[in-house]
Amino acid sequence: MGNNSAATAHACVRATSIAPRYTDTEETFVDMAQETQTTDQGPRPIVPFLRLHPKPHLVGKKCRCGAIFVDSRAVACAKCGADGQFTETRLSNHGKVYVFSVVHQSFPGIKTPYISAIVDLPEGATVRANLVDVSPEEAEKDPNKVFGMPVEFTTSVAGKDREGHDVIVFSYRPAKA
Amino acid sequence: MSNVYVLGTGMIKFGRYPEKTVPELGGEAAVLAMKDAGLNIKDIEFFACGNLFQASMMVGQRIMQQIGQTGIPVVNVSNACATGSTAFREAYMAIASGLYDIALAVGVEQMGKQGLLGGTGGGDPAYSTEGKLGSGLMPAVFGQAGVEHMRKYGTKLEHFAKISVKSHQHATKNPFSQYRNALTLEDVLNARMICYPNTLYMCCPTGDGAAAAVLVSERKLKELAGGRKRPRVAASVLTSDPWTERDLAMPDVSTLTRSAAKKAYEQAGVEPKDLSLTELHDCFATAELIHYENLFLCGEGEAGKFIEEGGGVHPDLGGKAPVNVSGGLLSKGHPLGATGVANICEVVWHLTEDPRAKERQIPNAKVGLAHVIGLGSACTIHILTI
Repeated sequence: MGNNSAATAHACVRATSIAPRYTDTEETFVDMAQETQTTDQGPRPIVPFLRLHPKPHLVGKKCRCGAIFVDSRAVACAKCGADGQFTETRLSNHGKVYVFSVVHQSFPGIKTPYISAIVDLPEGATVRANLVDVSPEEAEKDPNKVFGMPVEFTTSVAGKDREGHDVIVFSYRPAKA
Repeated sequence: MSNVYVLGTGMIKFGRYPEKTVPELGGEAAVLAMKDAGLNIKDIEFFACGNLFQASMMVGQRIMQQIGQTGIPVVNVSNACATGSTAFREAYMAIASGLYDIALAVGVEQMGKQGLLGGTGGGDPAYSTEGKLGSGLMPAVFGQAGVEHMRKYGTKLEHFAKISVKSHQHATKNPFSQYRNALTLEDVLNARMICYPNTLYMCCPTGDGAAAAVLVSERKLKELAGGRKRPRVAASVLTSDPWTERDLAMPDVSTLTRSAAKKAYEQAGVEPKDLSLTELHDCFATAELIHYENLFLCGEGEAGKFIEEGGGVHPDLGGKAPVNVSGGLLSKGHPLGATGVANICEVVWHLTEDPRAKERQIPNAKVGLAHVIGLGSACTIHILTI
């Protein structure tokens, strides 16, 4: 993958020490582990299927049957059962809200209320993420306004991990017209 | 395949028992069931124990230490919320296969005031996705399932709330229920929101509890029943998630329930309209509503109408097609491993006019269905007939 090689090259130049967060036994994500460690203090994606370079985006695993899996470490395809037939595919940064819930009670330290949304992507994949820049109160008052809402992908810093790296999270916001 | 019957049942009131251990709770239910069957531990040939939170701790064998160690085969089962009903099914299969004549199934759980279930944790908390990539908490998962129904069919918050009112009303007649307080529609709607659209009273509580059943072959029934009529397990079905479009991002609780229901009705040779009562998995009010359709108690998209027409309500309260006359998980409680066996106890009590169902007895009950779904997912359906 062109983008990956560029990022890897970049990483080799900048990195002072490589401390992979993802085990190299998981072949699919080896390239990602290299890609994301741009420097020892560089930002890290919160999940392996979020790629930060060259621009933040999601990737899925696509089976030859057409099914796309996000956040999957599957050995074989959950739809057709074929093994070893996955290719990595870049997912669109635009989608539509299928449904949502508004979380009012959560674990300590998690700010509520927030909208947990199920977003359909044009490739046929579905992801779960926070929906931002939409008032939870308004969403509850008129859920029909949220159903089918065109949304775009955005990233932000969620915090720092134990090693001091910024941890990057993705979410969706209403798409600009 | 041998026919399988439920000879005895036992259940302790769901609630909170911080002073007791899991094997004690399970042992109490087991003894109640054996006494109800007129048997003792020496008669039991096979024992399946369902428990989730101590799944690696040999709960079944520790129950035997409480009630009598006879050296019989014991299996420990864990299958999310379907843990108890899967244990019941193991006992059923042990007899149906012809290997054994008398089997014991126990479901037991001690949750304490555990709080919210689901979500992610462990490792560096910075990489926990809960609250950052939406929510994996059960209230959110079942909230989304309810919102999906709102999107597809225009279902209103009031529909979900009415289910909670109904189940709490039912629970006032069940001494085994963790909560027995009646609520008004306003109480439910004005309660604090947990995860839209489920308010506090539309979410089941955590708690402790145990339930047990003694299952026997047809041959043993004739020998032991002494003229007592005992329900036959007319269908025992277990399904898991088939691949569906959004399942990995948004757990699909409908498809596996529908396929289990179709198989169960076919196995039992009955139709939804034949059911005298249904105990279904109302972990949230939203779940109960969608399961009305998933169990074919009404047509696709008609759950709202079903509720408006008194569907799911006890006939004593002027309803039809009664659902969760025990109070359901919403009121009776949901000690995970115990739930699936407790649902079956409730069905058995109505079919046998057992005094334990006295105040809420469904008149002339002939066919009952018990449904459980565990996220991840596992769905069991048992249909019992008399």
